[in-house]
Amino acid sequence: MHFQSFSEFLAMGGYGFFVWLSFGATYLLLSGLIAASVYQHKQFKQQLKATIAREQRVKQYQEQQV
Amino acid sequence: MFKWLDPYAKSETLYHFCGKLLPYLMVSALALLLLGNIWGLAFTPADYQQGDSYRIIHIHVPSAIMSMGAYAAMASAAFVALVWQIKVAHWAVLAIAPIGAIYTAIALITGMAWGKPMWGAWWVWDARLTSELILLFLYLGVIALNGAFSDRQVGAKVSSLLALIGVINLPIIHFSVEWWNTLHQGATITKFAKPSIDPSMLWPLLISILAFAVLLMALTCLRLRTAILVNEQHRPWVRKLVGG
Repeated sequence: MHFQSFSEFLAMGGYGFFVWLSFGATYLLLSGLIAASVYQHKQFKQQLKATIAREQRVKQYQEQQV
Repeated sequence: MFKWLDPYAKSETLYHFCGKLLPYLMVSALALLLLGNIWGLAFTPADYQQGDSYRIIHIHVPSAIMSMGAYAAMASAAFVALVWQIKVAHWAVLAIAPIGAIYTAIALITGMAWGKPMWGAWWVWDARLTSELILLFLYLGVIALNGAFSDRQVGAKVSSLLALIGVINLPIIHFSVEWWNTLHQGATITKFAKPSIDPSMLWPLLISILAFAVLLMALTCLRLRTAILVNEQHRPWVRKLVGG
């Protein structure tokens, strides 16, 4: 461990603002990208599932009418 | 020679292959990122000139290297898409572009936060910084161009072409610190020389670079799967997979 205390770790030898700005921005952007990618995948699957179910209901209804 | 690759051009095979890889890639990417960054932040000595500000290197260099690696991967996919007319290759181009754009943005933001305390300026119109900014515009251009045509086939072709032309920017970024007078420091790790960084700092850096590389693969798998579903939504195998 390079630092003596946690507050020293946060201070980063006086460069705390710049170091934590960098790491903060990085994790924010990366987690945003991961979350968006997972969300888009799940969202589209759900949407497609609903579409397929609706089509099947329409088909069933049409078959009953005949 | 490359016959064994053929089945992976089939979207259904590729979808399942990516699905199999995805959890391993994602978990190892996050584990490597945590390991490399915690090591680099807390367990390495401070730099003799730059003090603790140099710790930004542990995300700046990985994101910058992989912003170029992602571009090389995207351009290779664009080449395959244009030459062999393989549709999944073009979906791969579009899957990688946003990841590359985010990596480039991270490299630029962390570079600014490093430049302010070391150079005294957030931004300078220096060759390295400018060419990396152009890389961001290339990524955004590929995404925008793909959506700019009412005929999707034309959009696919034009955006792949832009991705290929943009490859010229990669050597410019790489050699910019040698070709022009620049504020940006030279390469820390090179293939041909002993790294100019102490081994105690090198290891966490290499781990973080690997983490960004594996995360790129994981996100590409995930985004490519979504693209395959969207583009093949009327195909029977997707209907069976999602609906049944």
